[in-house]
Amino acid sequence: MFPYIVRRIFVMIFMLTLLSIVTFLLFNAVPTDPARLTCGKSCTPEIIAANRIRLGLDQPLLTQYLDWMKGIFVGRTYGTGSAAFECSKPCLGYSFRSGEEVTKLIVDAIPVTMYLASGAFILWMVVGISAGIVAAKHQGKWQDRTIMGISLVGYSLPVFFIGLLFLVFAIVRWNILPYPDYESPFDDPLAFFQTMLLPWVTLAILYSAYYARLTRSQILEIMGEDYIRTARAKGLPDRVVFRKHAFRAGLTPIVTSAGLDLAGLLGGAVITEYIFSLPGLGRVAIGAVTDYDLPTITAAVLVAAVFVIVANLIVDILYVAIDPRVRMT
Amino acid sequence: MTTNSNIILEVKNLNVEFTTDDGVVHAVNNVSYTVERGKTLAIVGESGSGKSVSSLAIMGLLTGTNSNVTGEVFFNGKELIGADPEEVRKLRGDEMAMIFQDPLSALHPYYTIGDQLIEAVLVHNKISDEAARERAIEMLIKVGIPSVDQRIDEYPHQLSGGMRQRIMIAMALINGPELLIADEPTTALDVTVQAQILDLLRELQKEFGTAIVLITHDLGVVADLADEVLVMYGGSAVEHAGVRELFYEPQMPYTWGLLASLPQISVKKEQLDPIPGSPPSLLNLPNGCVFEPRCAFKNQVANNACIESFPELLEVSQNHEARCHLSEPQRLAIRIDRKIGKINK
Repeated sequence: MFPYIVRRIFVMIFMLTLLSIVTFLLFNAVPTDPARLTCGKSCTPEIIAANRIRLGLDQPLLTQYLDWMKGIFVGRTYGTGSAAFECSKPCLGYSFRSGEEVTKLIVDAIPVTMYLASGAFILWMVVGISAGIVAAKHQGKWQDRTIMGISLVGYSLPVFFIGLLFLVFAIVRWNILPYPDYESPFDDPLAFFQTMLLPWVTLAILYSAYYARLTRSQILEIMGEDYIRTARAKGLPDRVVFRKHAFRAGLTPIVTSAGLDLAGLLGGAVITEYIFSLPGLGRVAIGAVTDYDLPTITAAVLVAAVFVIVANLIVDILYVAIDPRVRMT
Repeated sequence: MTTNSNIILEVKNLNVEFTTDDGVVHAVNNVSYTVERGKTLAIVGESGSGKSVSSLAIMGLLTGTNSNVTGEVFFNGKELIGADPEEVRKLRGDEMAMIFQDPLSALHPYYTIGDQLIEAVLVHNKISDEAARERAIEMLIKVGIPSVDQRIDEYPHQLSGGMRQRIMIAMALINGPELLIADEPTTALDVTVQAQILDLLRELQKEFGTAIVLITHDLGVVADLADEVLVMYGGSAVEHAGVRELFYEPQMPYTWGLLASLPQISVKKEQLDPIPGSPPSLLNLPNGCVFEPRCAFKNQVANNACIESFPELLEVSQNHEARCHLSEPQRLAIRIDRKIGKINK
């Protein structure tokens, strides 16, 4: 088991390195001069040239990449002499738009996205899996048909549609909830919940529908396995057969999906955050893209990708816990 | 008939039907047999002859909403068909147990062998976990698992096929059942391992006095283990006899075909003798004899009787029943012809 995890971690480090190179190249693939983007309206060629040298954009690509990596791990200094300024680790550069440290932008946005993603995650796992179990237990009966029908509708509705529907009716028309105005749960828990409720539900509807279908099909497949017949031939009550034998075996694909879906959302639930004005990673990314704010874009991409890779690692480790056959390979 | 107390399982007119989108599948039709304590009944037939389905029905393991089981099954004098499922569940694994064809897929991949055995003990006995583990270890030793202390905490995928089938047998017999249904227990195994597993079954049967219903298509296994044989074709019993009677005086063309299709080492043949054609569709069974479409001797029967009516299962001699429109002299003549033919080859 231990060598398996060590190997997984090595693979992860390799992937992260590869990823940082790709992200960095993205920065340079943009068809404008990054130095031009660093100064505002009253720009002169002199300022651009000075900025270029100060930000190290005159250096060869490899040097720039190494400087960037160095900034992330140990921090870096931009410029020289009296004009020098320190960017402490983990340094992802300065926003071209606001001049703020990108690291601060990201760090401020992460909790918002994390609350959004984890709240929705808990909601959809509970609702989706329970609905899937109920449907599977009553296969072909009205419970099954109702749940599958609803889930088909839920799965077909795009997030922006559900989100806008909620926004227009629950907030604007009927005033059930106040206009979304994000507050930290530690400062104002009530406002936090009032703001987050609809985004959570919006995301959860889509994913619950998917998890209900996934859980149902998994359980039905597993219930047809030979080892379930063996368990019943032993005289185990149906309840035990289901909970102990079928559920655990059906868990693997659910865990895989759950890990990756959660990671995807942690990278920024762009549409949901946008609709409900949540200052999360998705909003940061969208804002950065519209403004050609290259350091922020690369940072947002990097952070999202790290979430996905780490989630993959966690899923792999969970496999080991669930399926003893994986431990051997 | 022998005294009732000597009979562990009595099946009377068992019918199993499945409702499908294409119509009703008649998987088992009016099958009757009895199994005596400590004896072995082999049920022989090709795939789709209803041999597995009939035993799953007896065990109460056909619970799909599309299956319909009718008839009577007396286990120790207790009627199982239509009984409270909870009652039948309590018998399963305790007084009647079952082992399956493919031990790898029949064992749960995520639990250790010990877990699975202990679970089987605990569900029917109110004893401590430690005592159950003791029982499991004892049973594993009995079925010939080496270094049990280590093996008991291993997972099914870490064992060989033969070992896995031994585990299945241990799991089935751990509560000392009076009846064991073995559904093709050696089919998925190597030939050398097959012999070991059969020896093991025979030994354990002697030790525990378990009656065995052995489902197989392998007549070699039948000759080895069975006391009585039930030949099934197209969901019906077509011949029922003691093992000697069946091998020496088979009475039914399908049984002849089965016996002839066995490769024999003493006879040099270029080709095996398969039975031509394929088994009947259980969706629309013929009105006449189920075997009529493949029968080589139907022309010897007058008035198209084979197409018109399904023969009754009639007693041929003591302890021997068969379904066939051929008269006894005709069958005898055919058997003698075949024997001569075989010798001439």
